[in-house]
Amino acid sequence: MSLWEYANPRKFMQTSGAVLPWFAVLSIIFLSTGMIWGFSFTPEAENFGSSVKIMYVHVPAALMAINIWVMMLVTSLVWLVRRHHVSVLAARAAAPIGLVMTLIALFTGAIWGQPMWGTYWAWDPRLTAFLILLMFYLGYIALWQAIDDPETVADLTSVLCMVGSVFALLSRYAVNFWNQGLHQGASLSLDKEEHVADVYYWPLLISMAGFVLLFITLVLIRTRTEIRARRLAALMARERNQ
Amino acid sequence: MIAILIRDMRLAMRAGGGFGLGLAFFLIVVVLVPFGVGPQSAILAEIAPGILWVGALLACLLSLDRIFALDFEDGSLDLLATAPIPLEGVVAMKALAHWLTTGLPLTIAAPFLAVLLHMPQNGFVWLVITLATGTPALSFIGTFGAALTVGLKRGGLLLSLLVLPLYVPTLIFGAEALHRGMAGLDATTPLLMLAGITTGVIALLPFVAAATIRINLR
Repeated sequence: MSLWEYANPRKFMQTSGAVLPWFAVLSIIFLSTGMIWGFSFTPEAENFGSSVKIMYVHVPAALMAINIWVMMLVTSLVWLVRRHHVSVLAARAAAPIGLVMTLIALFTGAIWGQPMWGTYWAWDPRLTAFLILLMFYLGYIALWQAIDDPETVADLTSVLCMVGSVFALLSRYAVNFWNQGLHQGASLSLDKEEHVADVYYWPLLISMAGFVLLFITLVLIRTRTEIRARRLAALMARERNQ
Repeated sequence: MIAILIRDMRLAMRAGGGFGLGLAFFLIVVVLVPFGVGPQSAILAEIAPGILWVGALLACLLSLDRIFALDFEDGSLDLLATAPIPLEGVVAMKALAHWLTTGLPLTIAAPFLAVLLHMPQNGFVWLVITLATGTPALSFIGTFGAALTVGLKRGGLLLSLLVLPLYVPTLIFGAEALHRGMAGLDATTPLLMLAGITTGVIALLPFVAAATIRINLR
């Protein structure tokens, strides 16, 4: 039993079809728990009023926006090394989700920024880095749509994803250098004791888990769709040749 | 490889629309800005470094799709790919030829256009230094973008979408070094970062671009 078994599309379809409802139900449970707890049963923060509650959407979306790109990088590398089509299709399926997560993070941030910082947008390093990330997602998706041949497009987008990752990191440090920020430091971290207060901590963790589960659900659905589309294209090509 | 370099430069200069176009575009961008912003020299001097850098970047972008497109159409790219010299070298030479016909003229022309924008005179040296350090990176990154879109019928717009985000770090450090140099501050850090990006992409991206071309020619 190894992970690579799921590189076989049939095996992948079987397993993903079986676990998909579980992930869907779990993500609904976690998201609704996190949101309802976060929005209705946490106190208002001292300086922020009720606007603090946007955190339960903003932080998980921002987290996912970055991690989805990392996931795309990993699956692209797997494609380049081991040539498993499921892997690169998962990257393709994940990209639009990452794009939407980036947009959610930017928009909720803007809504929060208006009452708190007095402006919807500031050229702050974090905000700018997310805007650049948005452009990378757009370019990646556009390249997928531009080329028809499945092998070529998979290779090219994978290369773009790798080069893009290096430049995205570089841009992140470049914008840090370029302008000082308004954005506060990390609200959560694994190694440091600089968490938000406990009352906010648990609903935030649950929302984050909900977003991760939601992403897994969506990426499974979308990957299955991509595999089916691939099969359909193969069938139609066979029809034409007969 | 020298032969390829000379061939590409000759093609760029003699076949119309490559060599002069970038420069003319740069001129037009710089001339248009005062129409939009107004002729007050204080404002123009303030934004001059940014305008010149962004203008040079866009002018570089303009001629990128010509790096491989013509060779791809008439089949000489296939010959170059199967030639006994490494494709990586071919790509590096093509990027170098692009820089010599776009980046270098832009660098030389920039101080003259800076006069139009009332840029302080102590900035001219910094303008030339930063552009000379930064534009090779633009050419090499652009060559990678051109390699990605080489097989496409209308790749021009996609090329810009792919390449512009990759230009962000170069632009930031280049413009920052220029700002600091003009203001009399210490510009060593951004200048070194800029030089680091340039040398890094010169060293690495020809390999990536060559691999990309092999994928596209497959």
